[in-house]
Parts: sequence; structure tokens; C-alpha cells
Amino acid sequence: MGGVIPGVDGYMYPNEMELQWGVLIVLYPFITGLVAGAFILASLERVFDVEAVKPTYRLALLTALAFLLVAPLPLQLHLGHPERSFEMYLTPHLTSAMAMFGFVYLWYLMVVLLLEIWLDFRKDIVLRASSTPGWRGLPYRLLTLGSRNISAGALALDDKVGRFVTLVGIPSAFLLHGYVGFIFGSVKANPWWSTPLMPIVFLFSAIVSGIALVLVLYMAVCVVRGVSIDMRCADTVARYLLYAFIIDFSLEMLDLLHRVYEADESFKSLDFMVHTRLYASHILVQIVAGTLLPLALLALVRVVSLSESARRGFYAAAGVLTLMGILAMRWNVVIGGQLFSKSFLGYTTYKMGFATREGLLAAVLLLLLPLGILWGLVKLLPPWTEETTESPAPAV
Amino acid sequence: MTATDRREFLSHTGKFLLLTGTAAAALEHVLAGSAEAAPGYAETAHWWGMIIDVEKCIGCGNCVRACKEENDVPREPYYFRTWVERYHVESGDLAHPQVDSPNGGYDGFPERYAALAAAGKTFFVPKLCNHCVDSPCEQVCPVGATFRSPDGVVMVDRKYCLGCRYCVQACPYGCRFIDPRTHVVDKCDLCYHRITKGLTTACCEACPTGARTLVDLKDPKDPVHEFLRTRTIQVLKPQMATNPKVFYAGLDGSVR
Repeated sequence: MGGVIPGVDGYMYPNEMELQWGVLIVLYPFITGLVAGAFILASLERVFDVEAVKPTYRLALLTALAFLLVAPLPLQLHLGHPERSFEMYLTPHLTSAMAMFGFVYLWYLMVVLLLEIWLDFRKDIVLRASSTPGWRGLPYRLLTLGSRNISAGALALDDKVGRFVTLVGIPSAFLLHGYVGFIFGSVKANPWWSTPLMPIVFLFSAIVSGIALVLVLYMAVCVVRGVSIDMRCADTVARYLLYAFIIDFSLEMLDLLHRVYEADESFKSLDFMVHTRLYASHILVQIVAGTLLPLALLALVRVVSLSESARRGFYAAAGVLTLMGILAMRWNVVIGGQLFSKSFLGYTTYKMGFATREGLLAAVLLLLLPLGILWGLVKLLPPWTEETTESPAPAV
Repeated sequence: MTATDRREFLSHTGKFLLLTGTAAAALEHVLAGSAEAAPGYAETAHWWGMIIDVEKCIGCGNCVRACKEENDVPREPYYFRTWVERYHVESGDLAHPQVDSPNGGYDGFPERYAALAAAGKTFFVPKLCNHCVDSPCEQVCPVGATFRSPDGVVMVDRKYCLGCRYCVQACPYGCRFIDPRTHVVDKCDLCYHRITKGLTTACCEACPTGARTLVDLKDPKDPVHEFLRTRTIQVLKPQMATNPKVFYAGLDGSVR
């Protein structure tokens, strides 16, 4: 509509002035990605017997649960009619990529994550149900679900079933986040989104962000609890982070290379956008500070012999930068995909509110909420292995 | 009447009322997605579309005003079921047309390119929902609130739409918007309340030059068949393979 509208350059179709999906929809893939990534890290120990990452195993599971519980909230806040969202379960439209989210989500929450956590913590739950008197023991007595059998045979069975659930869980975690990528990647009207690489890029960035989150949380929790960080564990997790990140970065660069070389009808529009409106969030925050820098830090640890404290510092910095970079990546996908006109003749601007329903404040609160839930979960079911072994013996 | 009779009577009446109430509620639910009643209208006997003769459009904005009036479209800018674009293309530069659509063409177009008339051509392009046969908006709706009627009109069940905006993202033509008053999606429905009663759409009726015409592709006597047979026809963004039913005659290659 040409020059007279603030924030708009060139020509946008009249209905395109307003962005449809804001910062809350940025959080949606970010949070589900953290869930999938944290779970995949946890399953390393369980299925592939990577002994070194054991100290993060239960923390990773609880982290995945805390974030999974929050994952639907940004969507609910965004909907024009959240009270109708249950219709997605009752009358799902089977050709819609979005319609399956509720089912994928429920499957992952109920069948995979809750079951695995319950099986893994069952011994602790039963011990605490017996040793905690009064109302404080009530949650544990309820969580036993009526079974207090923690004989060696029962625990062995738990472990066997838990291993099976994890085996089902890995493809489920891939499904959860690959599916979120498909929601964007299948929109043929939007060239910034429409690529078959989208699900796989989302998946690997999810793994990267989940591993980074668990690494940072593990180190932070050790500091808070005043226990020493198991460096064998931190080194191993950081090594996986590096490997996953290299795959993720390669995929994103492949996508970029493909776009630049093919230079189809949308390319000039997208290229201009990356050099202007998305320059800071895409080039500076996502690629330089959020990818190249943490990759360099993680790689440096592998080639140079560094002291433990230096490594801890490197890991913490790399973890935080990675999380920032992946958040920026989600931003650039979701917001970036709406800044240009589908006429390829113009660009608009995203105006984020502050204390509005879909504003910055809501986004920050939604990012802090899972940490609060995690705090509660850790209080309820302490994931520290060294403590659980010291738990009092059952009275029975 | 004995006490037993009275109890039986109350019990039967109660059951009757309960069942009728349930049936009525169920029927209402079933009818919620149905079109407005139009006696004598056979949905399967029609296949609606529109033909647009670009060279006849003078950019007066009558169609935009008529549409907003007829369909209670929010008057403020950036909510349009139909709008008109003005293209100015310098000789041969198909890739860089200058396009504007002030207030969607609602107020007509202030003169802008008179001095540039020698340098290139200027023309108007009315836009609306293409009522695609393979509509991506209908494909992506998670609850089926967007649907295609048997007579080929893509419509929205506003009582069912979640307001998730996925369809807005999926439409390649920018034809959808979220109504700020109802928080559900809205778009052109070819004035379904009119065409099922034998009338034409508000935009077609208001067009002074006959640039846009509602057509019934299933009606063998409709002039659309001769139009499609004899004129050079184009649809918007054919590469999207959405199979649109809004056909443009005289459309320049620069239009997107």
C-alpha cells in the first residue's frame, strides 16, 4: 500500500499488514523443542547405556515434563476462541497438519513421559509414601497408584518396561518436534517456511536446545546445591551438544545454500529481508552469537586441554548462547516468515505489545513458568541419585 | 388420579421432555454448520466462480464499498473480502511492478501515474477469494471450520472457527483476515446468502463496467463458457496448483 503506512515498505496485500502469529507462536516450537531435546538426552542413558550422562537422566526427564506441561499454553493464549480448542479432539480435520497436535501431545505426555517418569521414580515414591507421614505424604501415597511392591523382581520389571517406553519414546520425541516442523514446512504459500528440510532442521535444533538446557540446568543445580559438578558427565553432554549442533548447523547451511543457489522467485525478497529487518536476529544473534560462537567454544574444549573451571565456564557460556541462538532461530522462522508479502513486493514490521495477551510480558512469564514447575517437581521427586540411595528403608 | 398414575405421568412427561430437549440440542448442533435456508436451491446443480475482465476495471472502488456494506466487513483499513490493486509497469519490467491499493481501493485511486503514462502501462486488478478447488486454507483448518460447499464456494463456519490463523498463513493470495470483533476468520463467500436466492454478488452488482461477473460453471447456458473459450485466460499464481475458480482475462504477467 506503498510508503504511507508506518513500518511498511513496498506493497503488501491489504490483509497482510498485521502479523498473524506473534511471539507466543515463537515460544511454541521453542518449548516443544526443549521437551524433545531433553527427552532424547535422557534416553541416551537409558537405551544406549551412556553411563557418563546418568547424573542428568532424571533431571532431564523432569525438565521435559515441566516444559511439556507449559507447551500448549502459548497456543491457548493465542487462539481467538480458546474455549473451542477441544473441538480439535472431537472433530479433527484429518487433512490439517495442525489437527494432530493434540493427539501427538497427549500421546507424548501420557504414554511416554508420565509413564517413564512414574516407572523410574516408583521406588522413591513408595519409599516416601511409607516414610512421610500426614498430609505431606499424601501426594506420594496417591502417586503409588496403589502399588507398593518394590521387590527386586518388581523393580526389574519396572526397568524392563521403562526401557521399552523409552524405545517408544525416542521416535515419539522425533514425532513431536518433527511434526511441529511440518506445520510450518508444509505451508506452500510461504517460501520462507516451505521446505522438506523444515521438520528435520526443527528436530536437530530441538535436540541441540534440549541438551543445552539440561547442561546449563545441571551445572546451575549443582552450584545451588553446593555439590561438585561431575565433569565426566558435563564433558560427555557437551560433546553430544557439539555433535548435534554440527549436524543442525550443516542442515541449516544446506538450506541456505540451496536457497541462494536456486534463487527462485522469492529469493530476492527473502535475501533483502535477511539483510535488513532480520539482520540482527538472524545473522548476529542466531548465526554468529548463537551458533558459531558456541560451536567454537565447544570445539575448543575438544582440541585444547583446559582446566575444569575453564571448561565449566565454556560449557555454561556455550549452553546459554545456544539457547539464545535456538530461540532466535524460532523467532526468525515464525516472525521472519510473516515480514514479507506473499506478493514478494513489500515488507512489514512486527510490533510486539508488552502487557497484552500476546505481548512480551506473557512470553517472559511463559518461559519462566516451566522453571517454576521444574522447581516444584524437583521438590516433590528429587532426581538426585546420591540422595535416593540414602533414603530410609521402608518400614514394611 | 391416583398417586401411582400421577407418578407415572410425571415420569413419562419428564422422559419425553428430556429426550425432546436432547434431540433439539443435537439437531441444532447438526444444523449449526448448514447454509442459510434457501428454498428451491439445489447445491449440487451449481459450480460457482467469477470472471474478471481486467481491461474493463476502472478502479472506482464500487465493488469494495458494496462488499463491505453487504457483508458487514470492518470499515477500517486492512480488512477486505475484496480489494482492488493498481499496477504500474514500466516497459518490459515484469519483475518490478509498482503496486498500490490505498485502503484496498475503497475510496478509489488518487491520480498518480498520469505523468508516467508514456513510460509504461497502468491498470487495475480486482482481487477476492479464488474459491480454489484445491484450497490450501480448507486443507489446513484443524477443525474443518473452513469448508467447500457442494456448489464450490469456500466458506467459514464462524461458530466453529478457533481463530488459530493457520488458514490465513496458508492462503497464497492474502484473501483472509481475522475479524477484530469476533476473533474468527472471515473471507469472501461469494455473497452466498444472495447467490442461493438467484441474485448476483454485491461486488458484481455494483460494478459499473461489468469487469467482474459471477458465473455458474455448471450452467450450460452461462456466458462463462464462451468467455473461457474465446478469451485468453489466466488464474493467479497457477504454480500454487490451487485450481482457482476466479478467471482473469487480459491479466498482465507482472500481476501476482
